Amino acid sequence: MKSTDKLSSTLSEKKSWTKPIISPVRSGIQNKFGGALYSNWQDTIDGVVINELLEQYGSPLFVVSEKKLRKNMRHINRVFSARYPDVLFGWSYKTNYLGAVCNLLHQEGAWAEVVSDFEYEKARNLGVPGNKIIFNGPYKTRDSLIVAINDKARIHIDNIDELHTLEDLGIELDRDIKVAIRVNFETGYTEPWSRFGFNLESGQAMNAVWRIAASKHLKLVGLHSHIGTFILEPQAYAVQTRTLCEFMNKVESSTDFEIEFIDIGGGFASLNSLQGIYLPPEQIVPSIEQYADAICSVMLDHTEQRVARGGKRPQLVLETGRAIVDDAEALVSSVISTNRLPDGRKALVMDAGVNLLFTAFWYNHQVIPTRTLDGRAEETVIYGPLCMNIDVLRASIMLPPVKVGDSLIFSPAGAYNNTQWLQFIHYRPNIVMVHDKQQVSVIRKAENLEVVIAQERLPQHLAKPFK
Amino acid sequence: MAIEQLTLTGPLIRLALSESGFVFDPVSGQSFTVNDTGLEILRSLQHDANLGTTLELLTDKYDASQQEIERDIDDFLATLKEQVGI
Repeated sequence: MKSTDKLSSTLSEKKSWTKPIISPVRSGIQNKFGGALYSNWQDTIDGVVINELLEQYGSPLFVVSEKKLRKNMRHINRVFSARYPDVLFGWSYKTNYLGAVCNLLHQEGAWAEVVSDFEYEKARNLGVPGNKIIFNGPYKTRDSLIVAINDKARIHIDNIDELHTLEDLGIELDRDIKVAIRVNFETGYTEPWSRFGFNLESGQAMNAVWRIAASKHLKLVGLHSHIGTFILEPQAYAVQTRTLCEFMNKVESSTDFEIEFIDIGGGFASLNSLQGIYLPPEQIVPSIEQYADAICSVMLDHTEQRVARGGKRPQLVLETGRAIVDDAEALVSSVISTNRLPDGRKALVMDAGVNLLFTAFWYNHQVIPTRTLDGRAEETVIYGPLCMNIDVLRASIMLPPVKVGDSLIFSPAGAYNNTQWLQFIHYRPNIVMVHDKQQVSVIRKAENLEVVIAQERLPQHLAKPFK
Repeated sequence: MAIEQLTLTGPLIRLALSESGFVFDPVSGQSFTVNDTGLEILRSLQHDANLGTTLELLTDKYDASQQEIERDIDDFLATLKEQVGI
């Protein structure tokens, strides 16, 4: 017998090691949801083995599923289009402006919804024509407004100063400019985002309409509002849509304007778990169908008379971000060390922290191991690698023992992470997209020193660290 | 700290262990459950009270590296100290 055979024979006779665990038996405290959370695990994404992805592209790694993203976009489009005849989606760039993600969604018919010069330029750079850009946001520079006017982008006016700037530009450029206004109002369901747009109840919104009506160059064609974020009550949208439709009727009956579109913004919840909410997302997050029923039934009712008069129903515009992209992307991160806290809880330190998974500040992400984990689950805190106490990915989760080198999947991670993440302490890692037939592409390369210091300039007298 | 240099004394010896992993502390009245490897560690320590011997025993018997087992024993003892007061 060869020595290696002998060795493997000896090893195979040994029992399988599982991490030793002791836990108190407590009477009277029972978890009605049960404790066996980690019978599930996942070692592939769309058929690609996660550990092979980590070997090739490094850890941590963001993984976007092309299949899931297209499926989500097609689903929401189908659901709304089946309920209302003219629906348009504006892809909310701030939710995820990775070029591959944006272009995939543009291929599926979504326009670009941008809120800054940078996002506007990014959309144009990706090849989006200006007349398929919705330009929102409280801060649009004069230069970017000129570009948007020339491009015939949809400009949504946020405030009175912007209205005046646009009026000036209309005179200066001798151009007629079609505009929409953003309005805010109380729905009774969410805290009104009154800092954006013109207030309806105070009469500010109607004053803005009169101001536009008095302008030679501005023409009001759209109304826009956005009632909040992660809204769990579809009826909030029903109230919002009704209010906008009523305002539309008021505008049309008082002026010569004909409203071509009503933009209800975004804010649909995704299947993520907000911190502080007790019930799991599967139980409290409404389906897209529920949102669509609430919105489209009101739109149909309130535009019926328009149709009866021989008019056209206004286009319904949605700027859904989170509900489309969140569960199409995950962050895979590896355990770099394990620790026992003084209070007895288990602690894991991962190679990704809040610098990458920024939404960990408000979500309890789902955490799934990439292999079966043996042993009893115990209360565990999952930390990131930053030298900061706030770097916590999960403050408390029941997890069986894991080893250094094990990887965990944090999801959903597609919304607001690749836009709000920080280059802080560590380089940001690769982002890959898994396509059909297990093809994989890097859609954002990992950073290195060259990338991080590219914008820095050293004054001559500081060129060297030591004299 | 080398694990061989550690020894345990005190209330560990008083714990009543069952085959199925049920642990009873007659002084505090508390009960605990341990898994197979946890039970093996407690048994070994009650017998010898020497961590070095326990580590050697487990390394011989199980398929993990000595380093991994040593880490896990350390962690187990930290929990034991917290929960049982040993």
